[in-house]
Amino acid sequence: MAVSEMKYDVVVGGAGHAGLEAAMAAARMGASVLVVTMDCKAIGRMSCNPAIGGTAKGHLVREIDALGGEMAKIADATGIHFRMLNLSKGPAVWSPRCQNDREAYSREAGKRLGSIEGIAFLEDAVVDVAVEVGPKPFPHKLVGVVTAKGKRVSCRSFVLSSGTFMRAIMHTGLTHEKGGRFGEGASYGLTERLESLGFVSGRLKTGTPPRVSLESIDLPAVEPQHSDSPPRPLSFSTQRIENRLIPMYLTYTSPTTHEALRRGFDRSPMFTGRIKGVGPRYCPSIEDKINRFADKDRHQIYLEPEGYETDTVYVNGFSTSLPEEVQLEGLRTVQGLEKVRMLRPGYAVEYDFFPPHQASATLETKLVMGLFFAGQINGTSGYEEAAGQGLIAGINSALRSRGGGEMFHVKRSDGYLGVMVDDLVTKSTEEPYRMFTSRAEYRLLLRQDNADRRLTRMGAKLGLVESATLARLDAKERAIVRLSTLTSRTTVAPSTINGHLEAVGTETIDAPDKLIRLVKRSEVSLEGLLGVSELWSEGALDFAREGMDERTWSEVVEQVDIEAKYEGYVSRQREQVLRFDSFEEQAIPGDLDYDRIPSLSSEGRERLSRMKPETIGQASRISGVTSSDVSVLMVFLKE
Amino acid sequence: MKPSIDTIVAIATPPGEGGIAVLRVSGPEAVAIVDRRFRAPTPLASAASHTAHVGAICDAAGERIDQVVCTVFRAPHSYTGEDVVEVSCHGGTLTSRRVMGVLLETGAEMARPGEFTKRAFLNGKMDLAQAEAVAELIHARSDAARRISLEQLAGRLSSEVQTLRRSLMDAVGLLELELDFAEDGYEFLDRSKIRELLNDAGSSLRRLLESYRAGKVFRDGVKLVLTGAPNAGKSSLLNALLKESRAIVTEVPGTTRDVIEEGLSIGGVLFRVVDTAGLRPTSDPVEREGVERAHEQLRSADVVIWVVDLMAPIQPTKEAIESIGSSHVIVALNKSDVIARSSSTRMDIEDDSRALRISAKTGDGIQRLEEEMLAVAVGRTPSDNTEGATVTNARHYDVLRRASRSLTLALESLEGGKTGEFLALDIREALNTLAELTGEVTTDDIMNAVFSKFCIGK
Ligand SMILES: Cc1cc2nc3c(=O)[nH]c(=O)nc-3n(C[C@H](O)[C@H](O)[C@H](O)COP(=O)(O)OP(=O)(O)OC[C@H]3O[C@@H](n4cnc5c(N)ncnc54)[C@H](O)[C@@H]3O)c2cc1C
Ligand SMILES: Nc1nc2c(ncn2[C@@H]2O[C@H](COP(=O)(O)OP(=O)(O)OP(=O)(O)O)[C@@H](O)[C@H]2O)c(=O)[nH]1
Ligand SMILES: [Mg+2]
Repeated sequence: MAVSEMKYDVVVGGAGHAGLEAAMAAARMGASVLVVTMDCKAIGRMSCNPAIGGTAKGHLVREIDALGGEMAKIADATGIHFRMLNLSKGPAVWSPRCQNDREAYSREAGKRLGSIEGIAFLEDAVVDVAVEVGPKPFPHKLVGVVTAKGKRVSCRSFVLSSGTFMRAIMHTGLTHEKGGRFGEGASYGLTERLESLGFVSGRLKTGTPPRVSLESIDLPAVEPQHSDSPPRPLSFSTQRIENRLIPMYLTYTSPTTHEALRRGFDRSPMFTGRIKGVGPRYCPSIEDKINRFADKDRHQIYLEPEGYETDTVYVNGFSTSLPEEVQLEGLRTVQGLEKVRMLRPGYAVEYDFFPPHQASATLETKLVMGLFFAGQINGTSGYEEAAGQGLIAGINSALRSRGGGEMFHVKRSDGYLGVMVDDLVTKSTEEPYRMFTSRAEYRLLLRQDNADRRLTRMGAKLGLVESATLARLDAKERAIVRLSTLTSRTTVAPSTINGHLEAVGTETIDAPDKLIRLVKRSEVSLEGLLGVSELWSEGALDFAREGMDERTWSEVVEQVDIEAKYEGYVSRQREQVLRFDSFEEQAIPGDLDYDRIPSLSSEGRERLSRMKPETIGQASRISGVTSSDVSVLMVFLKE
Repeated sequence: MKPSIDTIVAIATPPGEGGIAVLRVSGPEAVAIVDRRFRAPTPLASAASHTAHVGAICDAAGERIDQVVCTVFRAPHSYTGEDVVEVSCHGGTLTSRRVMGVLLETGAEMARPGEFTKRAFLNGKMDLAQAEAVAELIHARSDAARRISLEQLAGRLSSEVQTLRRSLMDAVGLLELELDFAEDGYEFLDRSKIRELLNDAGSSLRRLLESYRAGKVFRDGVKLVLTGAPNAGKSSLLNALLKESRAIVTEVPGTTRDVIEEGLSIGGVLFRVVDTAGLRPTSDPVEREGVERAHEQLRSADVVIWVVDLMAPIQPTKEAIESIGSSHVIVALNKSDVIARSSSTRMDIEDDSRALRISAKTGDGIQRLEEEMLAVAVGRTPSDNTEGATVTNARHYDVLRRASRSLTLALESLEGGKTGEFLALDIREALNTLAELTGEVTTDDIMNAVFSKFCIGK
């Protein structure tokens, strides 16, 4: 695509999962956007596992969607296998996950990005930034970027979303080569340049398993895993999934596998100390698992076809950087893989990142006004984490380019997106950060089922949500009120309900009772009760439903059901949120000099000076800052 | 940390035996919380600001604890600028502590060090010029409270609290494992391990709470006897500790003849401080009776402070001090203000590790002495409970009580067949509360525990 006028509101550097959301959000908000990316055919490429969602990550995807992002829609369009995880537990931890056709995903992402007005493309790499002296409290202000091919682009905002590519090295056994992803190069220059502006960088590591040929797998010897039926879409606006669904397969390693792999440990870049970057403990390589859990005689392996047309299968659970021949030998000891053909060995990649306390809750850096970091560059790992940050950074890059005004952030009490960004900026990170539900203290409120109720209005206010989506939400909210009023007013006689209660396996009642009290029982579902027509007075349900489509109505029923069941807990969490919010609103000036506050503890002072929290709430979450430090700070700020 | 919308309570006066103790309750729920336990012709809810009301405070079971006077101050016309109720109890220290216990159980939170002042400041009740002083006060009080708390959290109590924390961490780790790693095959874990961990934690919490309520320290306080030669400055020290002029001080040796006893709360521990006649052979029958009583007091003392006059020509020997027979003796070398530290009149008693230089006159070294008193007291008192550690500090008690409340909720969820995320909510609340004693537990800590024990990841 030709770029004539090299002047844009927003430049996005790197069109991975973060960059793609950033560019789309900024453009939807009216900014002129230039996407600079090293390979235009690799937009939204899935570097690793061809899957979106999973525990906690599924929550992120739903939130991205609710706020007006793309990820869920791309995933729905290209999904080949859908499951809702954790259904045996409460709805707060249900998490949607889908497998995708890897090529189709990237194609769909590119198509969507290309279809938005106001986005131009440049196949190149950003290697430098142009800055001027910034307005307080920023030391610098961004005015443009420079590319590897020597192009100068002036812009007000720059979102850096370069993933695993900065000074990246890939390792397989003792051989290594430069590059951020199989078949792609690395990116140089920017790290040093940002360091010269005062940023600190660090080094992280991640890995990916080998890919094998589907044809060479002994399918009858492995256990098929089927999709949920019917599959639930990830996006609130996908009516239903009509894609053809295919199974995944489950198998296990054996002691022979472990032995075979052990024989290659002396040539492992991990164990021989060649890799210096820190890897994620929740996503260990197979050699790590064998080494640390020597008493476990088998590990679970999922064989995940990467699409309809392709013969390529992703060997989930077998991430490794052992020498190629050792990988193959190991694979062939796994049940069903005795004759397997390895298409591509696994590898580990080491790359630069910028410890994220250098950014604020808007993902703008504290040193350079107009410079935003999003995705793996902030020390996270995972597509969903990257996309969520891209969306937030993209929104703020557009707001910043308009000049002044209020910036956007998500509170911890409003979503996993908020939890993630707050964790990053207040705790920084030393290993690749991934989302867990346990990181969300308001877990019972932040469910994947109510992401729209929490975030869609915010997205609409920013101009990211279509009016039809908002209208649907309004209708849904009204129906929730009607149905929950109806349920709490309805009283049932034992004779009408006991049959149903018996059928679902819960105690019967001896006297008339409020329907809502029965909904609270875990065995009883409101959906089931809707089927007992004698319970409802003539026309009452139709009135509540008001001609609503099937999908929206089922969401309404689900909301009323969940809220009834968890009422006590939910109201306790709401109370906690209220307390929490009072702290989040108390801002701390960015240029506050902590040395001027003599009564801080010395550790607290050191931490606060380094992390530069934006609010009292953030300050209270920094480790080493005591509650008396926070009190002292509050007193001082009042002055 | 807790935001300022909590309603807080603390004993506002250093309580004296038999005197009036004032409890101050401040916050949006102040009136409502006191009302719930206040029996009087009209409820405080309908009381106007700055009015006093006579009535009785009863416990949750309705049993009357004390006749009190409650004075209501409505926001913003109060010390803190919030709704405040001041409860004046008649029955002395023990009663005021029981009243405080009742209010804590009714929903009030124990005030943090410097918190009333902080609220007063934040609500505009103080001059902005005082900001620095207020900040310093919060810092100093928190620091002192932390040191005291750490000193008392030693030995058996500390290890018991650590064990407790570990059980809770393990339980929550198992739950989080199940919640976050279903994909790794950890989907249906056995509940019995979690039940066992929670039950262990619950019984250890109950035992600790009981040790406080049944403890000698809570019931009677720590008996601290001041002794030494006449004119050493015992009565002056009593006054310095109480921060009021309670006992008569003169330059005449033999001023104090009878036993004087006063209540004093340091770092949440109640002391009964006893001033006695100076020990010397005497022919005066009144004084001799005083010395006799002093010896009697020494025999029943939990802690003894031997006050030594640095200016006196003759110093007591180690043998003399040891002859008291109490192993819990602190030697206070008084009048340090007149004897310079580098003085050549250094005595061998100063080599005693238990000896502290103080000045009852200037207050110098008194804080250090208070810390020493606490340390010795805590080492001395766990005697009634041979089962395990004893809680003697009211703040520790409050933390454990709140943790126990959360744990009870978690156990209810467990028995009610609720899934992991509900249990985890309350267990983590308990851990967050315990963090005030043991340090913070972050999600990363929990995850670390999980990662180290279970093989996770694709
Ligand atoms: C080998 C490997 C293994 C992985 N394993 C896992 C895993 O096990 N679990 C997991 O959750 N995640 C894993 N990931 C991470 C996952 O791929 C990333 O988290 C996610 O893709 C990050 O998204 P992003 O948008 O930040 O960057 P990416 O998706 O990496 O995209 C970055 C884009 O920026 C472009 N680019 C780079 N530098 C520049 C520049 N200077 N100028 C312009 N464009 C530039 C690149 O061409 C690329 O298109 C792995 C990644 C790799 C490479
Ligand atoms: N300079 C100085 N004088 C002190 C200090 N403490 C006490 N004194 C003085 O020492 C004298 C005796 O003090 P008291 O407190 O009455 O001593 P006591 O030990 O209670 O004496 P008896 O009751 O007579 O046994 C008084 O004149 C006090 O003012 C001190 O720290 N510094
Ligand atoms: Mg005296």
